[in-house]
Amino acid sequence: MHEHRDDTASKIGMWLFIFTEILLFGGLFIVYAVYRYKNPVAFHLAGEELNVMLGTLNTVVLLISSMTIAMAITAMQRGKTELSLRLLYITIFLAILFMVNKYFEWGFKFEHGIYPSSEYLQSLSRGDILFYGLYFFMTGLHALHIIVGVVFIGFVVYYIKKGKVRQDRFVMLENSGLYWHLVDLIWIFLFPLFYLIH
Amino acid sequence: MSEEKHHIVPFRNHFFVLLALLVLTVVTVAITWTNLGPYNTTTAMIIAGIKAAIVMTYFMHLRFDHKIYTIMVVLVLALFAAVLILTFLDYFYR
Repeated sequence: MHEHRDDTASKIGMWLFIFTEILLFGGLFIVYAVYRYKNPVAFHLAGEELNVMLGTLNTVVLLISSMTIAMAITAMQRGKTELSLRLLYITIFLAILFMVNKYFEWGFKFEHGIYPSSEYLQSLSRGDILFYGLYFFMTGLHALHIIVGVVFIGFVVYYIKKGKVRQDRFVMLENSGLYWHLVDLIWIFLFPLFYLIH
Repeated sequence: MSEEKHHIVPFRNHFFVLLALLVLTVVTVAITWTNLGPYNTTTAMIIAGIKAAIVMTYFMHLRFDHKIYTIMVVLVLALFAAVLILTFLDYFYR
């Protein structure tokens, strides 16, 4: 039976989706840039309140997870299915670790009364409100992408186990990798813009 | 086009890419402690740009895949740059 598949088209489709994501976050980065340009002092002071340690830790976690999923593709191409699966499990574990860190990071902020439209936040200056609004929205949207990425990789694991993703047909694994790297790319810019303002 | 050849990137290369990314992360955090004044953000953005380029070139396989992907990425980034520049032209000359 002839099998209908077009890996190149599938991958171009994934890239097109990634472009919409780049433009979505790109728009938010422009909003950030304009507000920071208009409120430089407030952004500077508010940025210093963020936990650089947790931010750096999460950067390292995401970078390592990007490597493990890239390695999972190499393993699959070499026919090492077991190794590929193990690398995907590590990727999922690191993604969850990222979310746990995020939970603590946001938790500390909530404890200090800083959350969207909180009474304390409302009492701060306009620049602070804008900074924290963007911080919660952009890191929140990014965290949502982490969750989607975990689900996506979970599906790939399922299909590998069913033998539908294998050495001679792994475009779905490649696409989940592309998505995961996008999540990493966004964080590469979020990290210095929110945590490293000086 | 499903017969398209696939380049297999060795594990070692992925590891070296990660090392480069980690070094750049350390550099970008370290720069926060030095005082470059207004150049701090510029430097941080340049380093982030280099990191993003490394991720796209190696982890996202742009270097090994068909050129069409790279062309599309460049076009999208150019579109983003155009919108960014236009927005700031508006804000600077208001």
